[in-house]
Amino acid sequence: MTMQSDAAALAGEGRTSGLRARIFGPMALQKLLAFASLILLLAFFSFASPAFMQIDNLLGILQATAVDGVLAIASTFVIITGGIDLSVGTLMTFTAVICGVFLTYWHLPMWTGIIAAVATGAMCGTISGTLTAKMKIPPFIATLGMMMLLKGLSLVVSADKPIYFNDTENFYMISQDSLIGYVLPSVPVPNAVLILFLLAISGSIVLNRTALGRYTFALGSNEEAVRLSGVNVDRWKIAIYGLGGAICGVAGLLIASRLNSAQPALGQGYELEAIAAVVIGGTSLSGGSGTILGTIIGAFIMSVLTNGLRIMSVAQEWQIVVTGLIIILAVYADILRRKKS
Amino acid sequence: MLNRKLLAAAVGAGALLAATSFARADEAYIPLISKGFQHQFWQAVKSGAEQAAKAEKVKITFEGPETEAMVDKQIDMLSAALAKKPNALGFAALDSKAAIPLLKKAQSEHIPVIAFDSGVDSDIPLTTCATDNIAAAALAADKMASMIGDSGEVGVIVHDQTSRTGIDRRDGFLNEMKTKHPKIKIVSVQYGGGDHLKSAEIAKAMIEANPNLKGIFGANEGSAEGAAIGVKESGKKLVLIGYDSGKEQKEDINSGLMAGAITQNPVGIGKCVVESAVKALKGEKLPAKVDTGFYWYDKSNMNDPKIAAVLYD
Repeated sequence: MTMQSDAAALAGEGRTSGLRARIFGPMALQKLLAFASLILLLAFFSFASPAFMQIDNLLGILQATAVDGVLAIASTFVIITGGIDLSVGTLMTFTAVICGVFLTYWHLPMWTGIIAAVATGAMCGTISGTLTAKMKIPPFIATLGMMMLLKGLSLVVSADKPIYFNDTENFYMISQDSLIGYVLPSVPVPNAVLILFLLAISGSIVLNRTALGRYTFALGSNEEAVRLSGVNVDRWKIAIYGLGGAICGVAGLLIASRLNSAQPALGQGYELEAIAAVVIGGTSLSGGSGTILGTIIGAFIMSVLTNGLRIMSVAQEWQIVVTGLIIILAVYADILRRKKS
Repeated sequence: MLNRKLLAAAVGAGALLAATSFARADEAYIPLISKGFQHQFWQAVKSGAEQAAKAEKVKITFEGPETEAMVDKQIDMLSAALAKKPNALGFAALDSKAAIPLLKKAQSEHIPVIAFDSGVDSDIPLTTCATDNIAAAALAADKMASMIGDSGEVGVIVHDQTSRTGIDRRDGFLNEMKTKHPKIKIVSVQYGGGDHLKSAEIAKAMIEANPNLKGIFGANEGSAEGAAIGVKESGKKLVLIGYDSGKEQKEDINSGLMAGAITQNPVGIGKCVVESAVKALKGEKLPAKVDTGFYWYDKSNMNDPKIAAVLYD
């Protein structure tokens, strides 16, 4: 166990050392496998239905991935530390509601709402982190509590009703407008997708190029060793949960902008989809290894699958069955690969 | 290498599914996007839609999110349905405003949209197939009046004061009493969130506070079943009238604890959506609204095939 974790930690360190290793190393293989599955799914669905490979439908898939993808990025950080965050879905909703309070209840300018959402996310994430790091509540329980607490607070703050952003004219643009569409009018990729990719790139940089990233891997590999080497483990852990929370705030903005409203009852169940995307992307639930790129591919596998089965008019009950099977298959394939290497 | 086998298996299974979806490509295709799919009420809507689809020789699909909170998932479903270039579309909006851009797209592509259940806040849908809750609650009021001798005190337990169904059922009941049965006095209107326990406590408190209470109307399944528990615990005999169906409610009616209830016609809603869509495709004019009907049911007619068909557990 220790050997394995150390090896993973070394791999994490090694990542920064050379381009060659990054492209041809074991992590790259994992990405390749997930990527190949994604391509295969795309090929299969376009063969199965002519309606699939239409630009409108592909844009629909991209839009559907944006929110889940951002939540999955938030989850990736926490899962690499060996923890779990069950509150990402309802935290997203709570930040959307807070944004609604700023913009619709208080009529403040749009940028304050954006800051409020991200700051609320960071604050709640920090609380989850503190519960786990300082008070030693297992992350599963701490974030389960936060999940319910935030769900309730969203309903309380909004008085059980959706908050509409009718007074903030340009709010819908965050998700629905397309900057890319101004340059390339034929592919109006919605801004939400642009934000997802920008967040993925910056998330990758944080994970691979900063001290915070190194400690994310180190905590997941061998927390005790990190502690014994004199690092303030609690502080880093709280920071990572806080970062995850801030990213949930971005997801909150994306979903609120897409629906042009903060829907207070939404959110529960989204954490499981995020975790599924992370795991399909090759991040280990026991911590210590994982990539943002893998997570993004995992999120796309989930949304392509959902959309493709819908396009093929597969009965909804069977859609759920197939999605479950694919998750199990994807993770099993990953385990087989690890055994071999 | 094992991966390849797995993938091959997946492709094989998928090809089978694909074959079934291609089988009837020449028929008109009408997707129904509902508010849910696994609840008994929505399953009944689905079965009605399927019956009509068979009769009209069209192909339908029926989808809805897992909970009524998942507004974004419903939008994704709508978006995928439109990508399939359907001939017409049935839609029960969870949040009308969020769906407007996609409905506009449907309109611009000349896809007729038929709204159902609570409808869509927009002029895009050609018609709406829904229960006239006001008229249905008025029927409950008439039944109550005749059972308590057209005079006396009555209480009302409603699921909530904000939803369309809550408002319509409450007002339908109260207005009917006021205009047609002036000797009946509504002593209390309370809200229990459709929660069994809460509604039971409300019923007990009502009975305590109004010793001459002759009847209680519960405006949805949870309110009615909760009221039945409250009445049973208080040990008092009074006329209890419910709404919708459900296993408990049906048992309460069989045992005589509940006098009867109003049921909507979910099967009729489903039929109406598909039939209206087919009419729209033929270019026929549609009324702005279709009342899909409702029925009074009690011990005497519960097993009548027509009634039994619209009841569910």
